[in-house]
Amino acid sequence: MTALQHVKMGTYYVVHMPEPDDFAFWRERARQLVQCDVPPDRVAWVEPGGNGSLFSHGDKRLPVPDDATRMIRASKRFLSIAKNVAHHSDPERFSLLYAMLWRLQSNPRLMEDKADSQVRRLEDMDKSVRRDAHKMHAFVRFRMVEDEAGNQQYVAWFEPDHHIVRREAGFFVRRFANMHWSILTPRGCIHWDGETLRESGPAQKSDAPQGDPAEDLWRKYYASIFNPARLKIGAMLKEMPRKYWKNMPEAALIPELVAGAQKRESEMVDAGALEYEDRPETLAAIDKAIHACRKCPIGLLDNQAVMGEGADDAPLMIVGEQPGDQEDQAGKPFVGPAGQVLNAALEVAGIERKQTYVTNAVKHFKYVQRGKRRLHQSPTAKEIDVCRWWHEAERAIVKPKVVLALGASAARAMLGKTVSISKARGEPMMLDDGSELWVTAHPSYLLRLSGDAKAEQERLFAADLAAVKERLAELVE
Amino acid sequence: MAALETIQKLEILADAAKYDASCASSGTAKRSSTGGKGVGSTEGMGICHAYAPDGRCISLLKILLTNHCIFDCHYCINRKSSNVRRAKFTPQEVADLTLTFYRRNYIEGLFLSSGIIKSSNHTMELLVETARILREEHDFRGYIHLKTIPEADPELAHQAGLHADRVSINVELPTDSGLTRLAPDKNSRQIEGAMGGMKMAIRQSKDERKRFKHAPRFAPGGQSTQMIVGADAATDSDIVGKASRLYDSFRLRRVYYSAFSPIPDASAVLPLKRPPLMREHRLYQSDWLMRFYGFAPAEVMQATGEDGNLPLDIDPKLAWALKFRGRFPVDVNRAGREDLLRVPGLGTRAVGQILASRRHRSLRLDDVAKLTVSVAKVRPFICTVDWRPTLLTDRADLRSLLAPKQEQLELFAA
Repeated sequence: MTALQHVKMGTYYVVHMPEPDDFAFWRERARQLVQCDVPPDRVAWVEPGGNGSLFSHGDKRLPVPDDATRMIRASKRFLSIAKNVAHHSDPERFSLLYAMLWRLQSNPRLMEDKADSQVRRLEDMDKSVRRDAHKMHAFVRFRMVEDEAGNQQYVAWFEPDHHIVRREAGFFVRRFANMHWSILTPRGCIHWDGETLRESGPAQKSDAPQGDPAEDLWRKYYASIFNPARLKIGAMLKEMPRKYWKNMPEAALIPELVAGAQKRESEMVDAGALEYEDRPETLAAIDKAIHACRKCPIGLLDNQAVMGEGADDAPLMIVGEQPGDQEDQAGKPFVGPAGQVLNAALEVAGIERKQTYVTNAVKHFKYVQRGKRRLHQSPTAKEIDVCRWWHEAERAIVKPKVVLALGASAARAMLGKTVSISKARGEPMMLDDGSELWVTAHPSYLLRLSGDAKAEQERLFAADLAAVKERLAELVE
Repeated sequence: MAALETIQKLEILADAAKYDASCASSGTAKRSSTGGKGVGSTEGMGICHAYAPDGRCISLLKILLTNHCIFDCHYCINRKSSNVRRAKFTPQEVADLTLTFYRRNYIEGLFLSSGIIKSSNHTMELLVETARILREEHDFRGYIHLKTIPEADPELAHQAGLHADRVSINVELPTDSGLTRLAPDKNSRQIEGAMGGMKMAIRQSKDERKRFKHAPRFAPGGQSTQMIVGADAATDSDIVGKASRLYDSFRLRRVYYSAFSPIPDASAVLPLKRPPLMREHRLYQSDWLMRFYGFAPAEVMQATGEDGNLPLDIDPKLAWALKFRGRFPVDVNRAGREDLLRVPGLGTRAVGQILASRRHRSLRLDDVAKLTVSVAKVRPFICTVDWRPTLLTDRADLRSLLAPKQEQLELFAA
């Protein structure tokens, strides 16, 4: 009987696949069938273990083509997709591939027609297999076991959607060429001993080791690298669907991480990121607000906030460190011993204090109680930074042309970094708002010195003030 | 203080690294462990081994060598004046941890950064030493990304490039004034100078490899950078402009945007509110438009509103299309690739499929529907054999028809 007669008689053929992913076998049989002009609806493709009884009337002996050299058309794109689709778990995959191969004979460019529903279906299956393979590369988790001889064996349990285990062996061989490992799956297992790859039949989850001490480290890493301020559960689920979770040690943490995220975020905010109101726009509003400010520990001491004083359009703003004992009692800046030194030096330099605006980098007096005395304490960098908010509000209103910072704390408040007075003095620095910053020593420093050192520092202080006066004269013109 | 256990150090130093957006492990040379002594392979495409509930991919062991730092950058949790717990790994500890994770298939490799201790050079030496232990002592062939310190000796940066797949230097803030204000110890000239040096070294190595097969590879995965969004007053326009200049000047593989997020012990000069995460997302979308959709930076800037920021409720491509309605509708059966790529809702893949399919048939709206996620979004901007949007494209309320529903938005917004 010729092939043509077979078809005319309505013979039905059954092809039993030896392996669920044997593309080469399918290709040989499919070629033979197309050469014999057997249409897709006359062939059934049966997977190993598949239900063959439905097709018991089918002929398992395939027809022999009249011309075995007849060219079969299959585009490159079809072949590359078909190789992947052969690994899909859909029992219809081989029939679909055959149907497409059949259609390609009359329309060789069919694969380019992306709007064809059969082409789309194959493309989707191809994508699904490639995605499954990619997820296998990503989500296989080895557990290490040591035998008595101390040899390390890495074993993983994985549940792929498709018949991809054999297909992906190469990836793991290339990556872990010098390890001994096994990947166990319900669709068959692969084993590598550093030299050869061996296959074995399906396994169960209980065949794999149940834990690995390194998983504690990994879980800790997973929990720590997660930023609770940016919860995006949908994005996570899209790439790591729940079906994979059961075999990933870190996934057990997800529910508690999600539940704790809101709490952790608010703790993060409470711990530091201070909530500020809108920036006050008048000096009076700043004065009121600083009295209520408790954003740093200094505000919690028994003291009062000391507001700057002077002309609200002064071309020169003088910034000290913080109020001292007397300033705190008076509620005014630079009224104590350091203030007297400053006043005297300003007079010598020819600067009218009344025409300046005098304030402090930190608004409250920081001290430690020693008996009846309150001893001055330097503010920390953090405290200066917190108070910068108020000082910048003052500067935005007064808009001075020149800012004179007295001492390192004041300079830090302006610059955001700590500078050395001896290096920074004598030359102006530009600030963000276009004003010039001049830096000099704090007058209280002069009070602590004696002898030659005192004379030298007083001379430098006076020189700095003179330079500021000169510069002001240039700028005001 | 008692010495910290490895697991405690890991907690502190991974926590400190989480503000870095990048975790990519792609785009480097192909390698495998076959014929070597150790483990590791890279095959072009990066692999995300897990996803955290923040939606970010976990591809690399991303940690700091130490979070001690002599710098005082206000947006950074590890700055000198911050009150966080501090810890320090030795290079050997980091190398061991990397291998422990890699062998179990948890990661693609290591992304190592560090706070600055003692000096920039000292810190950079430790980073390079970690990579050297992995590469030379363990023949590790997985992915290594090293953050390079711009202030360090160029010779050290060069060694980093010899061991690492990718190197990166963060520009941190989009404007110089922002940098001066928030990162007083850094300086943009130095940062860009170091990036320029990297670019030259990468180019030189590529050139040498063309001539000499065994010339050493230098950062085959290229260099990238990161900008913090929302910590200073820079608008999206400023950021897009800066990013495109960086791409042009330094041949960067990627510019990462990291929405400023509230950090414990934050400094008082930082803004009051954190920017919506959506802003970061919109910047990435605009980045994509420039890299894959043929938009010029100036065109992306045209999509910004009056305040210089991209709209948050709709994506930048749609925003651009709504402003330039005269360019639409586009005929899917005739228009060229560039015009199709401008249609909101059509991605590069869909455009490729339209171009291939229309050789076989005249496309109808149903056909386009099969190739796209949402034909409703595409419809106002295209015509097919059986569809013309007629009045739709010109409707004044088109934006509200296409913008996602408000409830959906709030899931993502800050």
